[in-house]
Amino acid sequence: MSATAVLATQVISVNIGAVGYGLAAIGPGIGIGLVFGHAIEAMARQPEASARIQLYMWIGFALTEALALIGLIAPFIFKY
Amino acid sequence: MTGDLAAAAEGCHIFSGCGYPAPGLDDFNFRKLFSIGGWNVTKPELIAVLCVIIIVWFFWAAFAKPKMIPGKTQSLGEMAVLAVRDNIVRPVLGAKGDSYMPFLTSLFFWILVTNLMELIPVLQFPSMSRIGFVWPLVGVVYIFYWYLGFRTKGFIGYFRSWVPNAPWFIMPILIPVEILKYVFIQPFTLGVRLFANMFAGHLLLSIFMVATWYLTSLSIGLLYAAGSLFMVFFVFLLELLVDVLQAFIFTTLTATYIADSLEHGH
Repeated sequence: MSATAVLATQVISVNIGAVGYGLAAIGPGIGIGLVFGHAIEAMARQPEASARIQLYMWIGFALTEALALIGLIAPFIFKY
Repeated sequence: MTGDLAAAAEGCHIFSGCGYPAPGLDDFNFRKLFSIGGWNVTKPELIAVLCVIIIVWFFWAAFAKPKMIPGKTQSLGEMAVLAVRDNIVRPVLGAKGDSYMPFLTSLFFWILVTNLMELIPVLQFPSMSRIGFVWPLVGVVYIFYWYLGFRTKGFIGYFRSWVPNAPWFIMPILIPVEILKYVFIQPFTLGVRLFANMFAGHLLLSIFMVATWYLTSLSIGLLYAAGSLFMVFFVFLLELLVDVLQAFIFTTLTATYIADSLEHGH
């Protein structure tokens, strides 16, 4: 394999990692949107229940966001 | 400081034939500052000790000699404790959660103060972005809610309470998933969420801070540097939100797990 080809593979492998994380972030992105969207809808319908809704909203946000963050740290964990 | 920051400090700027010294994992490894009897003390450890001193000092000043008519410090301390009680403990655990207040309050303020150290100049490091600081915390929570589950429901009863009522043909899928959830996924995500948020936050802040210094040169670079500096302030505010949110979420989830251990039936 020539030097250029080796360089090309290295560059591509690095970039595919970034693209992979971008793809992995789509799901949590949609999920967080749904969580906040429905929480706002619920709070608009029943403003007196907002305290309880907000609590569950943050829990749902945390559970969804964890997926994106696991994607972020996975390369650091499996690097070695 | 190692690697890239040292390179940046040596006057590595744009248009001087010097690539961007991107922050990476090296920024999370610190040289030992001094050692006490073979124990090497580093910056994250010192920051953690400082946080303990701050928290203990504050609550000591507030509650060592409580008065009927509270002074300034005592009012502040009462506000802090009541904020945790009314926003986290009462909604999740109800009135019976008051006996877990000391644990949950210390947990909340410990995470909050260590996280906020990320934003204070000179210190500028959240201890929780070293995962070694997070696992002991998660271990304490894990042992605590397992213990509570065994105490309320009995040894067999606790394991039985994991599996909800469902038709028998779903059980082969449901039982492994529930076991995996309680034994592995709950503590793992609890720890990794806090760690990864702090890790990403510190990385984001240092990327824009190093970029601001790197882009500063007497050329068009100054314009880029101004944009980068704006991003520093933006990320700073974002991190302020994330720090409080992570402390809140960690404590809320701990309270949820405790409630899960305490409640009878599914």
